[in-house]
Amino acid sequence: MVDTLIRLRDDAASTAPVVPFADLGEASNATAVRLSPGDDARALLPLLDRLELVEVAFPAYTDGRGYSSARFLREHGYTGELRAVGDVLIDQISHYHRVGFDAFLPNQPITREAVDKAIHTWPEVYQRTVDGRQPIWALRHG
Amino acid sequence: MYQYDTHDQAMVDARVAEYSDQVARRLAGTLTEDQFRPLRLKNGLYLQLHAYMLRVAIPYGTLDSRQMRMLGDIADKYDRGYAHFTTRQNIQYNWITLEDSPAILADLASVGMHAIQTSGNCIRNTTADHFAGAAADEIEDPRPYAELLRQWSTFHPEFDYLPRKFKVAIIGSETDRAAMKLHDIGIQVVRNEAGETGLRFYVGGGMGRTPMIAPVIRDFLPPLQMISYLEACLRVYNQHGRRDNKYKARIKILVHELGADEYRRQVEEEFAHVLTLALEPPPAELERIKAQFADPGFDPAAPDAIDLSDPDFKLWVDQNVHAHKVPGYAIVTVSLKPTGGIPGDASADQIRLIADIGRDYSFDELRVSHAQNIVLPHVKKADLYAIWQKLDAAGLATPNLDLISDIIACPGLDYCSLANARSIPVAQKIATRFADIGRQHELGELKLKISGCINACGHHHAGHIGILGVDRKGLENYQLLFGGSEGADTSLGTIIGPGFTEDGVVDAIEKATDVYLAQREEGERFLDTYRRIGTAPFKEAIYG
Repeated sequence: MVDTLIRLRDDAASTAPVVPFADLGEASNATAVRLSPGDDARALLPLLDRLELVEVAFPAYTDGRGYSSARFLREHGYTGELRAVGDVLIDQISHYHRVGFDAFLPNQPITREAVDKAIHTWPEVYQRTVDGRQPIWALRHG
Repeated sequence: MYQYDTHDQAMVDARVAEYSDQVARRLAGTLTEDQFRPLRLKNGLYLQLHAYMLRVAIPYGTLDSRQMRMLGDIADKYDRGYAHFTTRQNIQYNWITLEDSPAILADLASVGMHAIQTSGNCIRNTTADHFAGAAADEIEDPRPYAELLRQWSTFHPEFDYLPRKFKVAIIGSETDRAAMKLHDIGIQVVRNEAGETGLRFYVGGGMGRTPMIAPVIRDFLPPLQMISYLEACLRVYNQHGRRDNKYKARIKILVHELGADEYRRQVEEEFAHVLTLALEPPPAELERIKAQFADPGFDPAAPDAIDLSDPDFKLWVDQNVHAHKVPGYAIVTVSLKPTGGIPGDASADQIRLIADIGRDYSFDELRVSHAQNIVLPHVKKADLYAIWQKLDAAGLATPNLDLISDIIACPGLDYCSLANARSIPVAQKIATRFADIGRQHELGELKLKISGCINACGHHHAGHIGILGVDRKGLENYQLLFGGSEGADTSLGTIIGPGFTEDGVVDAIEKATDVYLAQREEGERFLDTYRRIGTAPFKEAIYG
């Protein structure tokens, strides 16, 4: 099987078993969790210090709930790996990156080169998100 | 009006490059149609019944003559010499090839235009009062806020795959000329008792198969919190809007099912968090944009009198010219509703003529109204006669604004793959039946709106008279609604009874207008009489 995982992080990938969000209550020491669309990322807030991997599932790329989950976790200080998993396509990579994803596990393999190019789709951006980029309004007004 | 700086231009140029690459991959077969579809939709490219249709954004309906001229040139170069202005203040080309679409976007980008997010389940082009900056009754020009919103919503990474499409309208007057309460979010610039400017948020309105009037979710928001509040409104919707059924996926259903109070509570909770993130552009950015919407150099000595000795000219002035905030100036509406024509259509030559008139007589500024007409917002009264003569010679001076033949109609089954029935022939037959302009004036303000299916692109719910085309056992059938309105007194129309054939619905409308003429009291419009006497007399005349 081809390993399609692409990581934009320098640390070692987590080897911990990934616990589905629904089972988190029974796995009190879990350090890796998977969020599916509809799972409330808010419930992870008390665990953020412990978690080293959050997988966000995209069963269909048109279901955009995972974007909010990811950005929400980053806004609340999560610094571990945030991995987009599933129907992850090259045309959405830029947006994934802007809301805080730093790893991708797509159903269909994507090359690292294509990912790097996609991240630079937009020379500038209009919004402040969690990727550290200065929005255009900040560039205009120093 | 707003002019792109190098930052704005870099964004649309990047979009052309991205889209060109996507089309190349599609043509090469490395993108499947399923993968490509949402991408082309976010660039306004639909596959319709007979060809691709390209929808071009006209942010808040404002454009200059150079941009308008380009819209005409594109109609000649890539389409069949005409184009269609829409109820969302945009323009559509109906006969486009996929291969040409990247070149069209490049042509648009050369004049600071694009088709970004004119379709798809994302934040669509923001609409606004088409009299903004010119109306006598305005608190503040809403377009600087609309421009802030345009920038914020452009390629917003979190809100590009919402449950469903998302439309925002902004007004700055007490008079609502943008059907603001029938949008996913309607924003009204208001003043509080202390004289401070604020924004009132209406959330969860819409038309479609479940029409709803938006409730107030925030009564007064400091203007420099608009982006933060929008982030909160959208995040709650993105996470909790229904995705199990596309017909229940608009935010109006979420607000309705949660209740306005619970939706507001969730938004406020998120808003408190968002405020800690410094997402709001600084005051200097709003000031920078406002400066670009400053009044043009009006002539304080412009004469206020108009020579109305030509009766045809007087008819047009009475109907198609509105009061301007500056004495000596007026607002002209160019009717795209000639008798028997296709509502909202204009030829390439007409588009270029309007561009020239806008350049020469209206400080190089034009508007598209949601009623599918073109507005010249800042015209000297002394120039009205010359303008009228030029428009009249081009078939653009029909004096029918807000009259029964000023019909809003969707493209319907003549073009649209969603439609159940044709809209255009019905509009043409009604306009022809009431062709006598004297008769139209006798009937007074009567807003008639036609949709070819339940999606309500023709705003039939909001028509004083609305027509909804349906498919009835394989035949086109037209339901009639009365009593809708989109103004400050927004209301939804009611279906009055069984549907009609195409000719039958024209007959029924004529009978309804007879009832109105017989029953109206001094000063009443059709809508007022209907509201006073109810459906019974109309039903009796139509079905009795």
